Amino acid sequence: MQELRFAVRNTIPIFFTYLFIGIAFGMLMSDAGYGVLLSTASGLFIFAGSMQIVMVPMMISGASLPSLALMTFFINARHIFYGIGFIEQFRRMGWRRPYMILTLTDETYSVLCSVQYEKGLDKDRAAFLIAMLDHLYWVFGCFLGACAGQYLQFDLRGIDFSATAFFLVVVINQWRQYRSKLPFLTAAVCATGFYLLLGKEQFLIPSLITCLAALILLKKPIEAKEAYRDE
Amino acid sequence: MNDMLYPAAVIAVVAVVTWSLRAVPFLIFGNRPLPKVMQYLGKALHPAIMTILVLYCLRNTDVNHSPFGIPELTACSLVVCLQILRSNMYLSIITGTVCYMILIRIL
Repeated sequence: MQELRFAVRNTIPIFFTYLFIGIAFGMLMSDAGYGVLLSTASGLFIFAGSMQIVMVPMMISGASLPSLALMTFFINARHIFYGIGFIEQFRRMGWRRPYMILTLTDETYSVLCSVQYEKGLDKDRAAFLIAMLDHLYWVFGCFLGACAGQYLQFDLRGIDFSATAFFLVVVINQWRQYRSKLPFLTAAVCATGFYLLLGKEQFLIPSLITCLAALILLKKPIEAKEAYRDE
Repeated sequence: MNDMLYPAAVIAVVAVVTWSLRAVPFLIFGNRPLPKVMQYLGKALHPAIMTILVLYCLRNTDVNHSPFGIPELTACSLVVCLQILRSNMYLSIITGTVCYMILIRIL
């Protein structure tokens, strides 16, 4: 119970983001003639915001399955990097492990990598509940948008900034936690460099790969600063 | 029933590709003991990924045309200041988002 309360408290910002973006997706689907069932199934099984939203116009134009697979690969390739920090934690989680792996979205990742578990809390149980609540919010949003989209005609333009704001808050909290600022600076340099070089559609994956390589090279100075924090 | 086949197949394909991507690091390292460098990366990558993710979210900001990225800049600055001064996640996110939603409408 304590874990559930903790998980709810730590996923409230995601609740709003997922609910509204989920509704936007459900509305797109119902405008395209796809019903509540398909919307909800997308949310349940795919659980990847931007790809689901890109998928709708592709489905309308009857895109081939291989081209959808390729598009999914490019949009979601960043997810490859998310698991790296959770290999050991998820390994401990037994039957919950596959679920944790398959539901590791941008938002769940950012909660899990920044959350400060309270003393006496079952960490693995709390992490599982965080993943599950995020998933529920998303499926509920997709469902709601598909079946009630036409009654929810609010102008929600810009609500997606809540995800950006949340990520920014996570970075600020991490900035305080991490002694070495090199990971932040390396990432900022890589992302800005590739953004200027390759443009906004292509910079993400090269940035992540270069940053990973750079962090391996910077292992010594970073570990020297962080070392004493190891329990 | 046939008109359900294509969308169902699309959802299946997108889901399977997304799942495979999420599973990559777990498939590579399976149950083997984790190399030292991966243990290190597990920690060092978090702040790096989050930093890149923030910049990725802001990638569509257009500084050459009106409103010249002012809503993004203002809202982000507000989130940073509030979070530093008050350390209240909810306050930072809600104020920043409301500020952004107002600015993109009036500018």
